[in-house]
Amino acid sequence: MMTLLQQLPPECIRIVIAAAVVIGFVFANATVMGYLERKLAGRFQRRLGPMEVGFHGLLQMPVDGLKLIGKQLTEPNNVGGIVFYLSPLIAMTPVALPFLVIPFSPHLQVIDLDVGLLFIIAMISFNTIAVFLGGWSSNNNYSMLGAMRSVAQNISYEIPILLSVLSIVLITNSFSLKTIVLEQSRFWFVLVQPVAFLIFFIAGIAETNRAPFDLPEAESELTAGFHTEYSGIAFSMFMIAEYTYIFINCALATVLFFGGWHGIPLPFGEYSSCIWFLMKTYLLMFVIVWCRWTFPRVRFDQLMNFSWKYLIPFSMVNLLLTAIVVKL
Amino acid sequence: MNQYFSDLLNGARSLIEGFGVTLKALLSPPVTVQYPRETIPVSAGYRGHIELIIDEESGSHRCISCGTCARTCPSRCIEVKGEKPEGGKRKELARFQLDFTRCSLCGTCVEVCPVTALRFSRVYGQAGYTREEFMIDVLKRAGVQK
Repeated sequence: MMTLLQQLPPECIRIVIAAAVVIGFVFANATVMGYLERKLAGRFQRRLGPMEVGFHGLLQMPVDGLKLIGKQLTEPNNVGGIVFYLSPLIAMTPVALPFLVIPFSPHLQVIDLDVGLLFIIAMISFNTIAVFLGGWSSNNNYSMLGAMRSVAQNISYEIPILLSVLSIVLITNSFSLKTIVLEQSRFWFVLVQPVAFLIFFIAGIAETNRAPFDLPEAESELTAGFHTEYSGIAFSMFMIAEYTYIFINCALATVLFFGGWHGIPLPFGEYSSCIWFLMKTYLLMFVIVWCRWTFPRVRFDQLMNFSWKYLIPFSMVNLLLTAIVVKL
Repeated sequence: MNQYFSDLLNGARSLIEGFGVTLKALLSPPVTVQYPRETIPVSAGYRGHIELIIDEESGSHRCISCGTCARTCPSRCIEVKGEKPEGGKRKELARFQLDFTRCSLCGTCVEVCPVTALRFSRVYGQAGYTREEFMIDVLKRAGVQK
């Protein structure tokens, strides 16, 4: 066994370990976020939230996961065949890829791509394809409407995300996430780019189809939107993907605006400073949950107006000003 | 153009106010009750099905089986039967049956009783699988064997 391990190149072993850790993290994050969301939803409405399974409902999410795995996959009449089953997979698979380039701490990064930022943004856009295929192939009007809304929404909100991210790139002169974090050793970029952060955060909520921009799955009008017809494990794959995209979005916000792993120095800081990274990320995720339970869902025209009339012009002006200041 | 910026400012302010409202709710204690394990006290005006008042002095009920309640009941859900024991002068209550499925809890029986023998019980959260579960033997429930 040991000789076999010695024969393999260390890079190969590293990749295998990283892949295992990433997939474990995806599921763990979905469990923790699912529990936190339900608990916080309860507290925001002055309820207690899950209390029955385990201590304060801690085992609720694993039990729900088991229930979903055990459920039958119902297939409506005339669904789009293989596409119907492919779309939860397309939603689920790319979520692991952005973790490859996220720098959790100086040494906890699988690979430092020169175009890491673009890679993440490209991977996040995969979700739209999954949502659209799922909605299209479900043979259900509600699913179709949800999918169409999702595509329109994601296209309009991708622009402000890219424009606000560009202003950071102009400052750091790099698309590598590690370099961007290292540039923030003296001050966090949220101090110099508050507008870019706000735009990025709002558009990020819209990108992940979260309330108040959750029109693709608006319960009151579209039953459950694009995943109306999905049951059991297929539904849970969409949910895991959603929670992971939220994590990736918040992690990206942490990297770009909140100084990544920078914080009070810890022993073994090369590795242990990922605690700061995770703390900042989960704090941002708390804010996203807070938004969900505070704001009512926007109307579709309001959603479009908000992006095209406010976010995009503001991010353009911000980008222009940043360019001028950097040039000076 | 003025409209554009005032919309933005007003919107931003109302969003921040909304955050404040929910934050306050998050930090205040929950108001719900974990029902099967915790209950809130029954309010004073609650009306359960009727029951016989047990007199503390005699340890028995006060009913004289006059049947006024049964006659007054608009839903005809009370059945009262008195029997004269051998050698006794007064009738004694032998049967007091309430058909709770028909009772509208109007309280006329409680008001009309000449000896104030009836009152509303505090029983709540009643649910059952059969009709017979709501044919309540009020006399047996009072627990007086006489």
